[in-house]
Amino acid sequence: MTVGFVMLVHTALERAAQVARHWAESGCPVVIHADAKVPDGDFQAFCDSLGDLENVAFSARRQRCEWGTWGIVGATIEASERMLADHPSLSHVYLASGSCLPLRPVPELVAYLAERPRTDFIESVTIEDVGWSKGGFDHERFSLRFPFSFKRQRFFFDRFVDLQRRFGTVRKLPEGLVPHLGSQWWCLSRRTLEAVLRDPRRSEYDRYFRQVWIPDESYFQSLARLHSVRIESRSLTLSKFDFQGKPHTFYDDHLQLLRRSDCFVARKIWPRAERLYSSLLSNDPRVTKNAEPSPGKIDRLFAKASDLRVRGRSGLYMQSRFPRSDRSAGPYSVFEGFDSLFENFESWLGKVTGCRVHGHLYNPSRVEFSGGEKTYNGCLSDSARLRDYNPCGFLTGLLWNTRGERQCFMFGPADNQYPQVFMAGDPNAQISVITGAWAIGLYRTNITSEVVRKEAARLQRIEHAHVELLRERWTKAQIRIWTLAEFIEAPMDNLQEILDEISLNGPRRLTEAPRLMDLSGFGQFLQQLKNDGMNLHMAGDFPVGHTPAPLNPTARPYLVK
Amino acid sequence: MTLPPEGDPVGLLGRVRDAFRLRWKRRRTLWRSLRSRHQLESVADRTGAIRPDQILGFTTLRNEIDRLPCFLEHNRKLGVSHFLIVDNGSDDGSAAWLAAQPDVSLWSTRASYKASRYGVDWLTWLQIRYGHGHWCLTVDADELLLIPHWPDRTLVDLAAWLDARGETAFGALMLDLYPEGTLAETSHQPGDNPLETLHYFDAAPYRARRKPFEWSLWVQGGVRDRFFFADSPRRAPTLNKLPFIRWNRRFAYRNSTHSILPRHLNLAYDGPGGDRASGVLLHTKFLPSVVERSVIEKARREHFGTPGQFDAYYDAIAANPSLWNEKSLAFRDWRQLEELGLMARGAWR
Repeated sequence: MTVGFVMLVHTALERAAQVARHWAESGCPVVIHADAKVPDGDFQAFCDSLGDLENVAFSARRQRCEWGTWGIVGATIEASERMLADHPSLSHVYLASGSCLPLRPVPELVAYLAERPRTDFIESVTIEDVGWSKGGFDHERFSLRFPFSFKRQRFFFDRFVDLQRRFGTVRKLPEGLVPHLGSQWWCLSRRTLEAVLRDPRRSEYDRYFRQVWIPDESYFQSLARLHSVRIESRSLTLSKFDFQGKPHTFYDDHLQLLRRSDCFVARKIWPRAERLYSSLLSNDPRVTKNAEPSPGKIDRLFAKASDLRVRGRSGLYMQSRFPRSDRSAGPYSVFEGFDSLFENFESWLGKVTGCRVHGHLYNPSRVEFSGGEKTYNGCLSDSARLRDYNPCGFLTGLLWNTRGERQCFMFGPADNQYPQVFMAGDPNAQISVITGAWAIGLYRTNITSEVVRKEAARLQRIEHAHVELLRERWTKAQIRIWTLAEFIEAPMDNLQEILDEISLNGPRRLTEAPRLMDLSGFGQFLQQLKNDGMNLHMAGDFPVGHTPAPLNPTARPYLVK
Repeated sequence: MTLPPEGDPVGLLGRVRDAFRLRWKRRRTLWRSLRSRHQLESVADRTGAIRPDQILGFTTLRNEIDRLPCFLEHNRKLGVSHFLIVDNGSDDGSAAWLAAQPDVSLWSTRASYKASRYGVDWLTWLQIRYGHGHWCLTVDADELLLIPHWPDRTLVDLAAWLDARGETAFGALMLDLYPEGTLAETSHQPGDNPLETLHYFDAAPYRARRKPFEWSLWVQGGVRDRFFFADSPRRAPTLNKLPFIRWNRRFAYRNSTHSILPRHLNLAYDGPGGDRASGVLLHTKFLPSVVERSVIEKARREHFGTPGQFDAYYDAIAANPSLWNEKSLAFRDWRQLEELGLMARGAWR
């Protein structure tokens, strides 16, 4: 009772010989099929290097094993027949490739199989239920014909597939056959393998599978279903594919990972991975673990990697994903008008929320980083020209480089308006606007009414367009808009509402109120503008004689939900 | 595969016209390179030792004796088997030192660096002659390539992996390293490992776009953008490179190794933030010698298409500034750069 290895080799013959020798010396017979493409000289040297081992045999006929074609199955069948004929005492046959490497001692594998003498380890999944293959054909593997080489005659391959699709030709399956797919690398019990190879209808199946796409992933997988008494639908060989269906290669630095997987065999191993070969090719009983193979550990790691590869990291920009631009690395808050309405709003906000609060990042003359810094995290420069060269990239760069800390900044109609579309469409943005509040700033400067009027008209036009944009239906940001008159009615409640969303320690009652700017005479100022012919409607209906009372958070009971 | 940039013609006629123009552009470039071989004079020719499948290194240099020992050592460890080097009139002993190295083939020329498209014509000729079918690493003497998994894996591993996936090119971001104090103040001695002097880099911001027609990538940013080109960001240096390519004699680098024809090869690199396997070229330009060099280079006028516009840049370096600030990051290893999004392992796990 032992296991025999059928090996398909085409490159890195020295490594294949090393592994074959390991198996043979551990008492497992090996039958090797070498691809017809291997030069005769190399093949002869390969045979000679294993000449001293009597339980290593070579397939008499070397077939051309092109990817996706029948050759691989043909070679496997021939080698398996030889194996069964030469070694009548085998209980299992294991199909391996030249780039496979045993991860656990051979006696462990033999014992594992001896406990399960009638079980076939072959991944076998019906195409009805799950999309097993990664990209490429699925059902069509079985319903179309593939007479042309994928690698050498791609043009004809593609055109012929198109043609068949257009005419809707569908091949008839051999009766009773249910197509299954699965990993190419299996370990079948002698009973099942014999039943497959001696099936009276085998020539019919062979004829059918000769024209199936990648038959090595479906021939034994489908036929075993007809003959096996007990299928364990998993492969004992660990082999990982990336999202493009290309096999992962294992290198020296994967040693610990491979050990932890507890699988019996892994592929593909990079032939120059000296450390893997030297440390895993041993039958040292001390590494015996008697554990059930658990590729899940590796699966999770690779799934994460492939996720990263396919979807990238949120907020990290790359050229090939342009023009997609609705993502930023983390939540942030934009305050518009607040710094005009409150004194020292920025330092107050920083104290209350614990977030990083910047001034007007899009100030046309210079970037107002928090604390007046000249360069910020990630060496972002405060140069307005550099920022305006790529305004959205500036914001995403800032957010990427300050991951883990919420950023708040001021914004207003006097700033560079370019990033407004990005922010409105960004689900990470929280935008709070007090429209018309910028007029307080104008009111406090003592300039002639003519200049003020022009400037007010300009800013109002900009803000009007901005608010229109924020009210579009497609926006994804958290948007709150008040007119100045509305906001001033219940400033603390409105502030509390915003801060509840961003405070790091959950909702908290405000204990310290920011100080309102002195607004006495502001109503007068608005009326004056109106008299001059400029209606500042963005500020709302601000009463002429209105002077708001100073804010006092304790005077107003605020209910915490 | 990355999609070509927007702005390219969609109609068949437009595509054919573009293809035709690009083909002739490439042929013109190759023709220039072919002509430029007359400018090269062989000093040490050991190209007979090149075996198939070896990785070759191509470099043009001038007065780099300080960096050369480390440069060759790094690339040997990386897996480069043979170096093909053009010496553009060095007078500091670089040529003699190189000629004595067993794995270097050396050519020398006194012709204009600028007229040979910054050395690209010379190298393209050498690549046509010796590089066909080889993986070729084309770097400057002040660039040290960092690949994912270094030093556990080398270019030999990378080349085989790229081959297995049918890819022909590997991109990298040029990352400017700088010292902590002013440029000239550091205690760097000629021959020292530059990475021991230059620790710091700018983690961001980098901006990338793809140009239509030639599909070449255009990445700018980093410290030179911040410090020297804040007022004219358009002129900031291009930072993307395609240094590692399985060469075909019909290929031609266009603009240094920033872009290449045929144009589809440019799509092999997505720039920083990309998630396919890519590397970083550690740029050791800012060694103390750069201060006096920039005075010389300003006078030589052999760099940049419009040298006059870059006088301010040279003057700024000659003023011996400190590029460092408290937000600079100290370089550690490739994992750090991957975490920052400046390079990627991609599917090469």
